[in-house]
Amino acid sequence: MSVPLGNALAADNYLNHEKGWRSWLFTLDHKRIGVMYLVSILASFLLGGIFALLIRMELWTPGRTIMDAHTYNQMFTLHGAAMIFLFIIPGIPAALGNFVLPLMLGAKDVAFPRLNLLSYYLWVVGALLALVSIVTGAVDTGWTFYTPYSTTTNTSVISMTLGAFILGFSSIFTGLNFIVSIHKLRPPSMTWFKMPLFLWGLYGTAIIQILATPVLGITLLLLIAERALGVGIFDPALGGDPVLFQHFFWFYSHPAVYIMILPAMGVISELVATFSHRHIFGYRFIAMSSIAIAVISFLVWGHHMFVSGQSNLASLIFSILTFLVAIPSAVKVFNWIATMYKGEVELATPMLYALSFLFLFGIGGLTGLFLGALATDVHLTDTYFVVAHFHYTMFGGTAIAFFGGLFYWWPKSTGKLYKEAWARLGAFLIFIGFNTTFLAQFLMGAQGMPRRYYNYLPEFAPYHKVSTLGAFILAVGFLIAAATLVHSLFAGEPAPANPWGAATLEWQTTSPPPHDNFPTQPEPGDPYEVDKWVYDPAARGYVLVPAAASAGRA
Amino acid sequence: MSFLSFVAEKGMFLPFQGSTVAPAVDALFKFIFWISAFFFLLIVGLMLAFVIRFRKRPGYTKPAHAPTHNTLLELTWSGIPLILVMVMGVWGFKVFLDINTPPANAYEVQVTGQKWKWLFTYPNGYVDEALHVPVDQPVRLVMTSEDVIHSFFVPAFRVKRDVVPGRYTKLWFRATKPGTYQVFCAEYCGTGHSDMLTSVAVHEPGGFEKWLDQASNLLNTLPPAEAGRKLYQSRGCAQCHSVDGSGGIGPTFKELFGHKVALRGGGQAVADEDYVRESILEPMAKIVAGFEPVMPTYKGRLKDQEITALIAYLKTLAAENRPAAEEKGR
Amino acid sequence: MHAAHSSEAHLAHHFPGVKAQFEAGKLGMWIFLATEILLFGGLFCAYAVYRANHPEIFIYAHRYLDNLLGGINTAVLIFSSFTMALAVRAAQLGRQKALQRLLSATIACGFVFLGIKYVEYEHKWKEGLLWGKRFKPVHEEKAAPREVPPPKALTWVNPEERSTLAPPADPPAGLAVRPAEAHGEHIVPQNVQLFFSVYFVMTGLHGIHVVAGMIVLSWILLRARLGEFSAAYFTPVDLAGLYWHLVDLIWIYLFPLLYLIH
Repeated sequence: MSVPLGNALAADNYLNHEKGWRSWLFTLDHKRIGVMYLVSILASFLLGGIFALLIRMELWTPGRTIMDAHTYNQMFTLHGAAMIFLFIIPGIPAALGNFVLPLMLGAKDVAFPRLNLLSYYLWVVGALLALVSIVTGAVDTGWTFYTPYSTTTNTSVISMTLGAFILGFSSIFTGLNFIVSIHKLRPPSMTWFKMPLFLWGLYGTAIIQILATPVLGITLLLLIAERALGVGIFDPALGGDPVLFQHFFWFYSHPAVYIMILPAMGVISELVATFSHRHIFGYRFIAMSSIAIAVISFLVWGHHMFVSGQSNLASLIFSILTFLVAIPSAVKVFNWIATMYKGEVELATPMLYALSFLFLFGIGGLTGLFLGALATDVHLTDTYFVVAHFHYTMFGGTAIAFFGGLFYWWPKSTGKLYKEAWARLGAFLIFIGFNTTFLAQFLMGAQGMPRRYYNYLPEFAPYHKVSTLGAFILAVGFLIAAATLVHSLFAGEPAPANPWGAATLEWQTTSPPPHDNFPTQPEPGDPYEVDKWVYDPAARGYVLVPAAASAGRA
Repeated sequence: MSFLSFVAEKGMFLPFQGSTVAPAVDALFKFIFWISAFFFLLIVGLMLAFVIRFRKRPGYTKPAHAPTHNTLLELTWSGIPLILVMVMGVWGFKVFLDINTPPANAYEVQVTGQKWKWLFTYPNGYVDEALHVPVDQPVRLVMTSEDVIHSFFVPAFRVKRDVVPGRYTKLWFRATKPGTYQVFCAEYCGTGHSDMLTSVAVHEPGGFEKWLDQASNLLNTLPPAEAGRKLYQSRGCAQCHSVDGSGGIGPTFKELFGHKVALRGGGQAVADEDYVRESILEPMAKIVAGFEPVMPTYKGRLKDQEITALIAYLKTLAAENRPAAEEKGR
Repeated sequence: MHAAHSSEAHLAHHFPGVKAQFEAGKLGMWIFLATEILLFGGLFCAYAVYRANHPEIFIYAHRYLDNLLGGINTAVLIFSSFTMALAVRAAQLGRQKALQRLLSATIACGFVFLGIKYVEYEHKWKEGLLWGKRFKPVHEEKAAPREVPPPKALTWVNPEERSTLAPPADPPAGLAVRPAEAHGEHIVPQNVQLFFSVYFVMTGLHGIHVVAGMIVLSWILLRARLGEFSAAYFTPVDLAGLYWHLVDLIWIYLFPLLYLIH
């Protein structure tokens, strides 16, 4: 009765189930939607990365290096906007979550497949509007669009904010879909505390997506109304308050960073457990910490405004809550390390990314302490210290976890294995390049080097040069990683159903999965019971221990 | 200089401590740093140790049982960090209150931020583009912006505060060592953001009063046209009136003095001493045709002598051509 | 009331049963409504902040709104929620004619609402009582607010005029409150346009949602005409009804906050 699992490239799978561009454009299959998102999101990462390299080239010397100040201001704005709105926020949920979530639930699709496709179309429309903005004068406000600068500058602010507004809806609908899916499509035996931690991460993220994103929506609408119609809500000359914009903006944008990191942490939970061949340590704490982070994240936005003009009392409350939200993250890190204890640690590429995450996010999180403390924040805010902090957390955290997840689920979604040696080289160069780029920025920030500076005092030149060199090492690392994956599509070995020995349900179907996800409905158990799987050289992957296999199918 | 000696010299990579509050801020910074360093080394150390000790290799089988949870341990490693960060939070707030609470006897200077320069108005009305203060005296800055949000940042004093249009924000410090310290704009404000620099000159005891006296009397120390040029630059004239003939919100001053000007609403006038004086004090009276009635009045903001100096400066901008200057009347 | 919402014909392949599918739809719609509440929440927040800091602007300017028209609109929307609820009930009972009539009635109420809003907006346009930069009031005897003698023409306060006074020794923290200008016996606050900015943004965004709701209901009406709904399947009617109720609810908050300030 059991359909042989294994590689399904020759058989009917979701990739070849239907052919033609129409079958992709109008697909309702979450796996295909996930693939389309993945390609689009990686293209955005490339675009944002190009802007980053241009920034770092300009900053090789003080004064003009390759562009003028106005162009530079557009570069850092577009880098931020592209990376945040097009890459990181949709990032893991859209590109990986869409593919994996229904599989992890043992389900056939997400709750609302058509809404899922609409989410993708909205992403595309938002991205096109952003591109329109770029070619019609771009934006030079910084991705934060602070008023009154953003309401008075001559650049294409409206098309960019309209694009971000539409992207917000894409995000909201994805979150809505995931919440309903997790509530309504779980098999009866998969209770909340038997769900994989990646799903807990996506759930916490989805809560933030639906509650915070509308506030960004109204903020951007008000900004557009201010520019287009002269509404005056943020204009001091008309009785408005420019600082109110900051409150509105950060009410979304702080929770937004947890939209970025919660799915990443979910990925890391999967990677560390799988590649330590151990049950995750402290499952409940990790699961509940995702919810705690989601809730507390709404209460700390004022820590972006300690010097903007808010009362001392408000600042104190925000500071204490900011420290509070650090604790659940710390708990996760300790639990991940404890998972490796007495395990059987394999340094496969996804695990290298996971270990990088622990190192880089560790630095990112700890440097957040300097910024959460009021007195030190006064000195460090708006300097390169903050720039380094958020790159360590968003890039060293989320993007690294994204790539770890990408390499982890690549065999499942493509049916191909990539060359491990090249992939490891890419991961290593990314790690080295990343630290070279951003560690120096903490140092110059502490010395007082402000951010968003086109020109700088000569004393900061050595730091900038080191940082620029690091950026190019990073770029090489990503190119190697990308080349490895692309190469596998053409010449990769066929992947088994379970190359890694993980116990979550997506590994109980073929690689790639069939259109309907599972040849036979899998029986969910403990998602971290990795000892049920043993390596079978004949299958070149992991298979269920026979006793467990028959028990599971009883 | 070798890398190691570079690092040793920099220490914590914090700037020179130039104010009373800087040591307190640095002490907290160091506390956070050492705690962070401890936890970071712990995390990375354990990570490496486990990766090495428990790595998959031939002949190694993982122990049959490993804990999947340990409530006591998990509570401990949640509780201890919680206590430590609360200490940071409270300590940070204490020092923050010091940073934000000026003493009663502070010397007040008004600060105006605009794209892209800083202007400092001293209590006697003198305006300068640099900040001068006496050493060992609390100084309070009352700041506002003319256009977009800026931020006043003095790394050596560990102070920073946004400068917002439509409201006043405050910042105070007490400088402890004479010298000149860098001031940055720390809130992105457009093309000239990274050039919006100035400095704080901290004077030896007695030096500040002397400087202020001398600078305020630039009318007495500089030739009138030169003083007029300084006033043109620092009193906001330059924002609307160019001196090179280019267009702006107001008429250019190049080739203006002594020439006939057409007036908004009909009629003509000669731009002589009376006209210039009237336009400064009652700008709505005779507006040049083609320009909007938007000039603010300088009544109460410019002294008679200063207006004379400005007129002298305007004369130098129209030196070549002065046929109408001899003509009095309309 | 236990008629199934869904028949097997409408069961999607990824749901274990019709009940799960229906519940999923309901949950999804409630989540969407939550996002709408947060969208408007930002505006209510802006309202609260400005009203707390400048009560005089709100007290003065709200008198230029017509409470009668606003009240009629409130009644119209409440009535439309009633017809909508009846429409859902009709769908539940499989009464096709009633369903179509009630949906039409609801849409008609929407038109009445928009019509009255048009009248109000047109009046403001003529009076020059618009938002922000476009606030250029025209002296109008007929625009007398109730219970208060007609104010003198509002003078246009030049926003570019800079104060020539030195800043006060202890300037207020937060929003700088400028003193009201005395005009004979009426105090005309500065920045009156702020009220109209808030008014137009809030009612404008609400109006857009009313239009969207009417489009959705028209589509539901079309599907009803095509016989797609029955006692066994009327989920879309139910979900559209939820949305319409929210649109009504938002107005019920807007009306007193904007019109009935005392």
